[in-house]
Amino acid sequence: MEIKVLAATGVLGAGFKVESLNRGIALAPTFIACDAGSTDSGPAYLGSGKPKLSREACARDLRLLLKARDTLKVPLIIGSCGTSGRDVGVDWMAQLAREIAGEERLHFKLALIKSDQSKAYLKRRLAEQRIRPLFPAPPISEQVIDSSHIVGMMGTEPIQAAVAAGAEVVLAGRASDSALYAAIPLTLGADPGLSWHAAKTLECGAACAVVPAADCMFASIRADHFDIEPLDLNARCTPQTIAAHTLYENANPFLLTEPSGVIDTEAAEYQALSARLVRVTGSRFRAATQYTVKLEGSQLVGYQTIVIGGIRDPYIIRALDTLLPKARAFFDARIADLFPGQLTGKDYDISYRIYGRDAVMGGLEPNRNSALAYEVGVLITITAPTQELANKIATFVSHVSAHLPVPEYHGIISSIAYPFSPPELPRGAVYRFSVNHVVAPDDPYEMFRTEFVEV
Amino acid sequence: MATLFDLCSLIRSKNAGPFVLTFDLMFSSQENYERAKRSQPLTRDLLAAIYRQRVDDITLVYHDHAMAIKASMPRPIFQGELEDGDCYGGQQYVPLLQIEVA
Repeated sequence: MEIKVLAATGVLGAGFKVESLNRGIALAPTFIACDAGSTDSGPAYLGSGKPKLSREACARDLRLLLKARDTLKVPLIIGSCGTSGRDVGVDWMAQLAREIAGEERLHFKLALIKSDQSKAYLKRRLAEQRIRPLFPAPPISEQVIDSSHIVGMMGTEPIQAAVAAGAEVVLAGRASDSALYAAIPLTLGADPGLSWHAAKTLECGAACAVVPAADCMFASIRADHFDIEPLDLNARCTPQTIAAHTLYENANPFLLTEPSGVIDTEAAEYQALSARLVRVTGSRFRAATQYTVKLEGSQLVGYQTIVIGGIRDPYIIRALDTLLPKARAFFDARIADLFPGQLTGKDYDISYRIYGRDAVMGGLEPNRNSALAYEVGVLITITAPTQELANKIATFVSHVSAHLPVPEYHGIISSIAYPFSPPELPRGAVYRFSVNHVVAPDDPYEMFRTEFVEV
Repeated sequence: MATLFDLCSLIRSKNAGPFVLTFDLMFSSQENYERAKRSQPLTRDLLAAIYRQRVDDITLVYHDHAMAIKASMPRPIFQGELEDGDCYGGQQYVPLLQIEVA
């Protein structure tokens, strides 16, 4: 038993070295996989459906992987297409794949697995009390379902089914990163603990190498261990870097929850076989009694316009705590005057972030009362129900903020230095994460839809 | 007296999903890790005080193979909320740097 896995990079579009990929091809992997998404960049991608990385960057990586797959005639699995894994992201990636296939004269059976969730389905499961929050997510309701765009995170099963049906390229919607790498080893009968632990380690590409990089990793899963190494000969893994990778972006490094169970790495042992290759043994997988699919949802908050400036005068900097609440009170009165009946205080938000004081840690800033900075940056954020309203409010917010009534001065001064004209920058729609729950489906497939296309 | 910054090769904070903030402290040697494991400079009570969270909501793990301390807690402000100033949660570790290790 030996299953060889080529992980292209941490996220499709981040890039990898052609030499690393070629070295991986020479090692004859059983399949190639790559993740293409994350919630880590915030709620905008799931909310809007727009991908984070450019079409050119994704096409570059996808072209090389499609050609590698064609050379090897092995499956290529890409998940969480278009950053959010929304249906529009899968369609976007599929269009890229078709264009590349045309240019490179490639032919393959393509499976598209969609993971957008219907509101009717979720409301039914909610009513059946089969949806629960992942602490500390906010509560879910029919209203949250109606106002959110929600995807389900698939496990290995829909991917395994697509490959079993003959798919040579799988473009999946939102998927567990690890499931992309565990699907085929599990189908081929590899040890579940080793398969899942190897998958978890591979999913960020060469992020677990020294030096961490956006590059290819390679794992060989055998009966009682897996070996893992970066494909760049100048990079290496050590037992510490591989063990430490279970820490990355997880709450608990020993217990990693997947739809079908929990990866338990507590008893895992890590051994250096060379300066750059690590052998892992002892990983376990505990199958869950109830299959669960994670839900991710993002909802529209409003539209934003921002204003960026700086303050250099120490008398203004030290007076900000009294000046800004006064400015806010003025804005509330001004909005009530200009937009009577249109906007109440709950409909808009005007906030000041003072860089150089507490903009990064907010109320948790331990040095909030230490010596004043000689210069601070000011970010004013205006959020309103429409972009037009946000822009209109921003024009007098920026104007008034630039003429704060500083007690030391008699007469008008410019209290903020704005680098741009106009100072107001429309930022578009703004979203928030509204759902981070799990649903208990009847089976691992009912929430996902697979279509096959001959390319 | 050394600080966590002195003994670690990497201290970072990061999102673990939109609602959880997680901290990784990687020690630069077995000796440094053992020293911290023995004296426990970072406790759930201390983290709860710094980040104003309930002690019960904080997980804290010493990971021998990784020579690391791993701590997680509810994100003080959820990722992407209007008040969130750190979308990736990447700059929230700073109050840990100067904690002293006996």
